[in-house]
Amino acid sequence: MGHGTVTTGKFPLGHHWGTPNQQLEAGKMGMWLFLATEVLIFGGLFCAYIVYRNLHPEVYVTAHHYLDTTMGAINTVVLLTSSLTVALAIRAAQVNDQKWLKLHLIITIVCAGAFLVIKYLEYSHKFHIGLLPGEYFTASSVNIPNPDQVQLFFGIYFLMTGLHGIHVVIGMIILGCMLYRSVRGDFGPHYFEPIELSGLYWHLVDLIWIFLFPLLYLIH
Amino acid sequence: MGDSNATYLNATKGLKSWLVTIDHKRIGLMYLASVLFFFLAGGTFAILFRTELFTAKGDLFSADTYNSFFTLHGVIMVFLVIIPSVPAALGNFVLPLMLGAKDVAFPKLNLLSLYIYWTGSIIALCTIIFGHVDTGWTFYTPYSSNQGSSVVWMTFAAFVLGFSSILTGMNFVVTVHKLRAPGMTWFRMPLFVWGIYATSIIQVMATPVLGITLLLLIMENMVGIGIFNPNLGGDPVLFQHFFWFYSHPAVYIMILPGMAVQSELIAVFSQKKIFGYKFIAFSSLAIALISFIVWGHHMFVSGQSELIAMIFSFLTFLVAIPSGVKVFNWLYTLRHGSIRLNTPMIWALNFMVLFTIGGLTGLHLGTMSVDVHLHDTYFVVAHFHYVMMGGTLMTFMGGIYYWWPKITGKMYNEKWGRIAAAGVGVSFMVTFLPQFIMGAQGMPRRYYQYIEQYEKFHQMSTIGAYMLGAFFTMGAVVLVMSLRGSNFALDNPWNARTLEWTHTATPPVEHNFIGQPVVMYGPYDYDAPESSDTLESLAVRDGQTSETA
Repeated sequence: MGHGTVTTGKFPLGHHWGTPNQQLEAGKMGMWLFLATEVLIFGGLFCAYIVYRNLHPEVYVTAHHYLDTTMGAINTVVLLTSSLTVALAIRAAQVNDQKWLKLHLIITIVCAGAFLVIKYLEYSHKFHIGLLPGEYFTASSVNIPNPDQVQLFFGIYFLMTGLHGIHVVIGMIILGCMLYRSVRGDFGPHYFEPIELSGLYWHLVDLIWIFLFPLLYLIH
Repeated sequence: MGDSNATYLNATKGLKSWLVTIDHKRIGLMYLASVLFFFLAGGTFAILFRTELFTAKGDLFSADTYNSFFTLHGVIMVFLVIIPSVPAALGNFVLPLMLGAKDVAFPKLNLLSLYIYWTGSIIALCTIIFGHVDTGWTFYTPYSSNQGSSVVWMTFAAFVLGFSSILTGMNFVVTVHKLRAPGMTWFRMPLFVWGIYATSIIQVMATPVLGITLLLLIMENMVGIGIFNPNLGGDPVLFQHFFWFYSHPAVYIMILPGMAVQSELIAVFSQKKIFGYKFIAFSSLAIALISFIVWGHHMFVSGQSELIAMIFSFLTFLVAIPSGVKVFNWLYTLRHGSIRLNTPMIWALNFMVLFTIGGLTGLHLGTMSVDVHLHDTYFVVAHFHYVMMGGTLMTFMGGIYYWWPKITGKMYNEKWGRIAAAGVGVSFMVTFLPQFIMGAQGMPRRYYQYIEQYEKFHQMSTIGAYMLGAFFTMGAVVLVMSLRGSNFALDNPWNARTLEWTHTATPPVEHNFIGQPVVMYGPYDYDAPESSDTLESLAVRDGQTSETA
């Protein structure tokens, strides 16, 4: 039904809302609930991680040496930067700085892309030497003691970083939409809710990586 | 007011107007139709395998077919019927009306959740038709981790359905927080809303864990990551932990909405203020909270430590407290009430008896030593059905009969409705009471043939299942006939005090209310005058008083 929204000035108010503020608050609350479900989804994986680290601590210590800490660290910096720029984009929308709104969104998307490229390099290296999960683990050339269980670590590694990577891709799509809408001139001091909500999502993607990086790459 | 004859049903016409609607009432109705369709399918599977169990020998179909039939019955009934039954079907229709809102908080998300539900259902249906799933609805590893593509697809269907459930839950939580009408304080909300609110919280908090569990199972099947595979260093019991971390709260996702409907039915058909409103409201939240910390009672014999098992056993007993609080409050509401035995009330009384039996037998199973004897027997099957079917489905039916006049504008035949409801109650007892007895005597669940000793119990149970089929069919016919009849319903045929009866037309108009309703009384204040205040009418009245002053 096309008549679902009523336009009042620049703010598209849904037919069932009394005031724009009510709608804004509801949108934010919905987003926070969604983020809670995301945390719980990753929570399951973190839980699996903890269980197996307790069962096989030595495997984790051995296996993590095969992750590239430098690339992981660069990716951490890249994502943190993108989190900053998305926050600045929201700020730019609030003060009606259309030029920097677009620029900050572009920088954020570029950072997300850079993250994925680095991740791709890491993945392809592991594919190459056979550090793969479960049955596909063929890294006979790599001298790892206790290889029976090392594959478990890589199973968890690929699941966690893979699921996170999917979130990065989704984030790029969302931010791309925001960029398109910014170019169209949808946002300004009176209406920046979608950018703010996308920003919240992006911060979560960043936050999850901040947990993944030390847990996977920096084990002692 | 424009066209005063326009209801939500005929405001716009054509198939497309339904498929792209964002009206919560239409979405609820489409959920209702889908759920009832799957109820028929799940029930048919039950009747088929009950027929097989009529004799001790396995003679009607093969053991594999039997296994896949009980799996399909379980998966369909849990994921496609009970979980969306009250919240998605009735809740979508009623919850915004009860709050005095024009729609749910995110109407488009609501429509999306329906489409996700349909997608999940279609995947499940295709797997049923083209595949072979015989893991039971619990998908336990290690058996399920090497069963190939059918299990993957069925799990994927459950995964997709989970998202639908999450979106509905999020929508309702935000709606309750942000869209209450002026004057609708938290403690003026009908208890139905409290129950659905508690359910939604569990849906949002527990379903993601099921999502990741099923994803891990899919990965296990497809690339053999080994997380649940002992050969690769994994642990199959971890799957049980993950699964029950969701699925135990999920049984409360299933029963809390039943309790929510029950509170409405008991109060309205006793024409009396409900006893202990706040206790009922908070007991829903208490059940929601406790539900997250009892999952271990499904695993008393799966090799968890004795200490952990004792803690889980103790926590499990705690659930009985809020459930007991509710039952006693409902009973006390009946006392000195003007009880009217309309069809919805018969369903509610069914619930009262059956749920109490189901709840109390839950304590047997929560007691560790007793559970060692009873686990994986028909006692568990009977307990589960008393709570899920005797509890949730009875009130689901009760809710359909209660809101039917509001939804359709038509009144059904009370006499036949009552017979159907009472008939289902009696047949239910015939079906499941023998299962308690044979379970206690040691009949294991999920067996396709069994020793002669249990034959008479199984035969009674099968006859009961046929009776259930017949009376449910009768109940459906009563409703369908009412659509063809011309017995139009009044706006408030039950003399209820909640907004969907007092402030809307029958059936409601497209945007629910004409003007914004204002709530002056509690949901069960039968002493208060039947109010029809709206912001506009109040403004007029205030205007007049200021003129006269």
